[in-house]
Amino acid sequence: MNIVVCIKQVPNTNEIKINPETGTLIRDGVPSIMNPDDKGGLEMALRLKDQYGANVTVITMGPPQADAILREAFAMGADRAILLTDRKFAGADTLATSYALAGAIKTLDYDLIIAGRQAIDGDTAQVAPEMAEHLGLPQVSYTVDLKYNNGLCLVKKETEEGYQMLEVPTPCVLTVLAIANQPRYMSVKGIMEAFDKEVEIWTADKIDVDPNRLGLKGSPTRVKKSFTKPQKSPGQVYEVDAEEAVGIIISKLKEKFII
Amino acid sequence: MEKTDYKNVFVFAEQRDGVIQSVALELLGKAHELAGVLNEKVVAVLPGHNITKHAQMLIEYGADEVICIDEPELKDYLTEQYAQTICQVVNKFKPSILMIGATTIGRDLGPRLAARLTTGLTADCTRLEISEEGELMMTRPAFGGNLMATIMCTEHRPQMSTVRPGVMQKMTRDANRKGNVITFKPEFDKSKFLVRMVENVKVDKGKVDITDAKVLVSGGRGVGCKEGFEKLQALADVFPNAEVSSSRAMVDAGIIDHDRQVGQTGKTVRPDLYFALGISGAIQHLAGMEESDFIIAVNKDKFAPIFSVADLGIVCDLNKVVPLLTTRLAAEIEKK
Repeated sequence: MNIVVCIKQVPNTNEIKINPETGTLIRDGVPSIMNPDDKGGLEMALRLKDQYGANVTVITMGPPQADAILREAFAMGADRAILLTDRKFAGADTLATSYALAGAIKTLDYDLIIAGRQAIDGDTAQVAPEMAEHLGLPQVSYTVDLKYNNGLCLVKKETEEGYQMLEVPTPCVLTVLAIANQPRYMSVKGIMEAFDKEVEIWTADKIDVDPNRLGLKGSPTRVKKSFTKPQKSPGQVYEVDAEEAVGIIISKLKEKFII
Repeated sequence: MEKTDYKNVFVFAEQRDGVIQSVALELLGKAHELAGVLNEKVVAVLPGHNITKHAQMLIEYGADEVICIDEPELKDYLTEQYAQTICQVVNKFKPSILMIGATTIGRDLGPRLAARLTTGLTADCTRLEISEEGELMMTRPAFGGNLMATIMCTEHRPQMSTVRPGVMQKMTRDANRKGNVITFKPEFDKSKFLVRMVENVKVDKGKVDITDAKVLVSGGRGVGCKEGFEKLQALADVFPNAEVSSSRAMVDAGIIDHDRQVGQTGKTVRPDLYFALGISGAIQHLAGMEESDFIIAVNKDKFAPIFSVADLGIVCDLNKVVPLLTTRLAAEIEKK
């Protein structure tokens, strides 16, 4: 079985802070990590490999430094790694990104394509379903568990009310939540070997695409402006004992007609 | 594509088991406002089975027209069945804007549709406005809520966006509103229906939706443990429509169910009253609650960022404040 896992390098957004004076993002020193949902997807693929034997290819689109997460994937047990990197991909929105990924994956052998549900920097959850559409494959999103049997996936999908069990034949696209599993650590042997393995660098010429649909040119959406949220003016803060605090709270609630 | 052919503000009217989802009504409220600026119509698209009876309710919440697609294949949401349906509706009726609730359904359907229609989609918008040129300006948080970005889709139609439940506000229901109900019959390519639903399991979590509560008693790391949350529950019980909610730390620690998480990776809430108890106020948390009408924060750390959004801040030990407040409030409410 051939499994392709789409991963992304993201800044650890939990560590991003705003400079209170300039109102801009402080990105210096914020570590880059493999996106958590994607790591869950990779772990799901590696478990299938452990169980049934599979060839796991990881692919990412990004700048050259995204090499780091591909090496991490090697160290976890991936067999092949592809880095899609080209200035022609720059400025891509989700549609152009998904189109480029689909163009690359089209040239590979695959039975199953796994991606994380969403990346913590953009939180859109759009790339994988858009990619599934470009590839003409069925999709199941919000996957928390997978049972594979002879070309048929039985997928547990998380919903607001509970879960669904969905049956889908391969080839198909699944998007996975980080809570689906506990990703394995990189093995020492894996780390040693990861640096000797080849990360394949693919440019736009190497994949099956119409160049007009890549990057900024191929993106229907444009960011018109970005800004940090205006701070609302804070209310009064009292440093008091509990007795006094309760008195203040109750009088405020009365004043606001909440009680 | 000829942009001028595309008109009207469409809303995907999500239903589950024949129940119209609240987010659809919220989107109708917003669509009504946008359509007013554009001088266009609000159209609700309602796919499902035996659902035509709900069309009038959508009209009463702001739709001028409802397109019903009533087919047994559409009884439960499945990606391809719904994508084919909505895609055909868009190609026939040519909306300029299509809004979808950012639920597990909408976030599965939206991107599939956008790719099929080769148009842009902006996820989880918190603000939607019309520019002077009549284009949709879609504002959304990025980088975990640290940054807001305004996104436009000027050369493709429809302009698509998803919006999380609880962000937009419903119109007051008006039983006298009139509108047209249209039936649309899709042509299915059933060879593409490859996903089969084996089971749809509802886990009765025995809890209400925190986005519906008027008062939220929310606890963070400072509450610390399950027993601490029992005290918060006692405070919540004093109010007629209050629930306990939490920051992410307590969910990650397994103390509180994910359903009750407020914030970027949880729910967006805007209750009348929000108690932030022992919550330091990470930006991801603030993103989910800062629109609340009145925010009371109690925290031992006077430098906690939560105080920057609180209307009333108390620097004190919540373990002392909460039980006392519960008793006094109960007495106050009793008096009335």
